[in-house]
Amino acid sequence: MTEILDRLRLSRLGDDDLELLLLIRHFELKLLELYGRGDLNGTTHTCLGQEYVPVALAPLLGEHDHVFSNHRGHGHYLARFRDPHGLLAEIMGRQGAVCGGVGGSQHIHRDRYMSTGVQGESMPVAAGVALHLRRAESGVLACVYIGDGTWGEGAVYEALNLASLWRLPLLVVVENNGIAQSTPTTAQMAGSVASRAAAFGVTHHLVVSTDVNEIRTSLEEPVAAVRAGRPLVVEFATHRLGPHSKGDDIRPADAVQAARDNDWYVRYANDHPDQFHRLDGTIRARVEAIAEEIAARPPSRWEASSSWEAS
Amino acid sequence: MRVAENLNEALHGLLDDDPTAYVIGEDVLDPYGGAFKITKGLSVRFPGRVIGTPISEGALTGVAAGLALTGNTAVAEIMFGDFVALAFDQICNFASKSVSMYGSRLPLRMIVRCPSGGGRGYGPTHSQSMQKHFIGMPGLSLYEMSPFHDNREVLASMLERGEPCLFFEDKILYTRQMGQTDPMFPVRRDGELAIAEADDRPDCVIIAPGGMAHRALAAMRTLLLEDEISCRLLVPSRLYPLDVEALLPYVNGVVIVAEESTAGGTWGSEVAHLLHGRVWDRLRGPVRLVHSRDSVIPTAAHLESEVLAGESTIHHAVREALRG
Repeated sequence: MTEILDRLRLSRLGDDDLELLLLIRHFELKLLELYGRGDLNGTTHTCLGQEYVPVALAPLLGEHDHVFSNHRGHGHYLARFRDPHGLLAEIMGRQGAVCGGVGGSQHIHRDRYMSTGVQGESMPVAAGVALHLRRAESGVLACVYIGDGTWGEGAVYEALNLASLWRLPLLVVVENNGIAQSTPTTAQMAGSVASRAAAFGVTHHLVVSTDVNEIRTSLEEPVAAVRAGRPLVVEFATHRLGPHSKGDDIRPADAVQAARDNDWYVRYANDHPDQFHRLDGTIRARVEAIAEEIAARPPSRWEASSSWEAS
Repeated sequence: MRVAENLNEALHGLLDDDPTAYVIGEDVLDPYGGAFKITKGLSVRFPGRVIGTPISEGALTGVAAGLALTGNTAVAEIMFGDFVALAFDQICNFASKSVSMYGSRLPLRMIVRCPSGGGRGYGPTHSQSMQKHFIGMPGLSLYEMSPFHDNREVLASMLERGEPCLFFEDKILYTRQMGQTDPMFPVRRDGELAIAEADDRPDCVIIAPGGMAHRALAAMRTLLLEDEISCRLLVPSRLYPLDVEALLPYVNGVVIVAEESTAGGTWGSEVAHLLHGRVWDRLRGPVRLVHSRDSVIPTAAHLESEVLAGESTIHHAVREALRG
């Protein structure tokens, strides 16, 4: 997505929504900074530029809905639980970590939220969960976040087939940021997400807007239909501002610039400067303080490792 | 009762006893009832909980994992065990990992059934023993069907583990009788271990999974009658993680592990390694391994029998071991 998709003025958000957007933004920026300083182990995938997707979806999903996230899932988690402490502790391997520091950035399970690090793997699992929900908890859905690159995996198609065939309450959210790691979508996808969904008789809904209010309004009815057993693919044409993981961005300067031009953060600051500046500094300082507090905690503990010591 | 009927009854019993139990797989619905008829009668009796799927092994295994994740009991059938390769990611990177990778234990009640092995002329891609490819995966247990282990009991043992289990079913067993042995070698049980022997001072101990047991018994008969060599057969139900402690009271002198897998990275080498570490001083030599050749499994009967380990391979190995 190199063109600017949406030049309209962004509508004004409630403070709560803006705070959540800013929390995710500053959380991700903080992670890159911590990595840069060598304070984090392994790797991470930030959702810079894509924060508005889970924020827009948040009120459309209930606490009983299952959410399956992927490798780029910090925003998904924060939008569901608003728990930067637990997530950062997980990523840093500190006490209070959501999963004891075992799963890390890509493998998180809490209540009905689960993320895994293998592309497309969650789709059949979510279909199984949706099958259970259709029978046992009518009106509840399973939501899976995938990317444009995920459409290279056969598991996606096997699961879409089942979802359509069995009329499963499955919501597939595609964050099409135009690039799979380093490979542009144009170099890895023939046809389109829309035509692939159509091939299975699954409804496809394209979102080009970055306006949270507008997105929510447009998705209310299609998401309600999912609950009644009409699976749906919602494709967000979005932009990955940052690198795939850390320091591995080889995109040409104009592609990065295009992503920046579409960034809700800059646009919202221009469109609603008073509200933005009132909250931005506060949230940034809050994330700063959280990072300091988490870094000072002792290492996380894993119950399995204590059983090895006992044996 | 034939082994296939015993397994079918076990599945009936599971669905009857557990209202959250599902059976899912390709062509499992009546009147077809599965490629090997193991699911016969289930879909008529339990409509809605027996689910026929498209030819999508990855997806059907993932769906089973999703059902298990939401608190159900899921039994997935892979039509031919060879196709479990198509579900490797769901089994090894999702289901088994999920048991522990989220920091605290997440129990999953899930069984993946794999009709396995050769001897029926199905050829290279429908005759393999895939057990060895799954050994050593944390959170994944491997069981093998046996004529000496009631399948209802084995299903219950697998589900009690609260982690995904692969159940390997040697297709040759389906048409054999439960409990069928040679009168010379009565079978008894010690916990989950089945033991067959003519006397309690055997010259050789053979450890074999369920599918190999009748071939081992046939070899034991000729060894005893023709060579006066007495063998003890040990058949564990769970192959991995192996309860090696349960084997120890019955293991000494000359020990052979016999399985149908082709050569290389076999279950037997894992068993040998475990035994060497514990009872090396009680062994007359290293544990010997009997397995099929390092080869694809041919279709034509005369070629297939050249490749697959069987009665004569075991017979030969025992004589070699005692001579050595």
